[in-house]
Amino acid sequence: MATPEITLDPTTKKLSIIGFSGDFDKLVAVFTLATGAAAVGYEVNLFFTFWGLDAIKIKQGRSPVGKGFLPKVFGIFMGGLKSAPVSRLNFGGISPQIFRHLMRKNNVATLEELVEAAKALEVNFYACEMAMHILGIGKEDLIPEVKEVLGVASFLKMSENGQTLFI
Amino acid sequence: MATHQIDVTKEHCPMTFVKTKLALAKLASGDTLEVRVNEGEPLENIPRSSTEQGYKVLSVTESDVKGQHLILIEK
Repeated sequence: MATPEITLDPTTKKLSIIGFSGDFDKLVAVFTLATGAAAVGYEVNLFFTFWGLDAIKIKQGRSPVGKGFLPKVFGIFMGGLKSAPVSRLNFGGISPQIFRHLMRKNNVATLEELVEAAKALEVNFYACEMAMHILGIGKEDLIPEVKEVLGVASFLKMSENGQTLFI
Repeated sequence: MATHQIDVTKEHCPMTFVKTKLALAKLASGDTLEVRVNEGEPLENIPRSSTEQGYKVLSVTESDVKGQHLILIEK
């Protein structure tokens, strides 16, 4: 795979987030920070790995995404953005729906609205090559906003001179 | 030189900033945007972040509604 060309602008404030978790509440944190930072002028890089990849699949429900039997089973059990569980008190998937209801009721952006805002603000989406390989996921399974499939070295280069978070 | 308006008083973080930023991005050079905000974080940070991003904050005034302010920003 060709190494993407990464240019660094030392004058730009930068936030890079490693999105490891596929949990609803942690994804809300990822996208709240990402959109807030992008809106106040930061360059924002989101690097999704392992369960975080579920958030950027094209198929947002439970679907046999992936190449091979085991990846397809994972795909069905984990699903995409719309089937993300909360990290505590998930109650078999009822809690995320309750959270979505409470967010709408209290006029707070839902997870889906935050993801759309991140796209509109031109936040940079990246995906982890190694985790995609393990889970049998191809770039074609991910939303078109994913700019590149990267490894650790490229991510470190990209996040240099900025703030980095692991969620 | 059009003047646009948005009201983010019913929004919460981060959408106060997101909606302002997206509205500013749509302006043509010389256009202005009047943003109605609540006191607190949006009032403190929208003028600062707009200036940092190269926009010109023309004024910050109290509105006719208690606790709400109007920020006038030019691109």
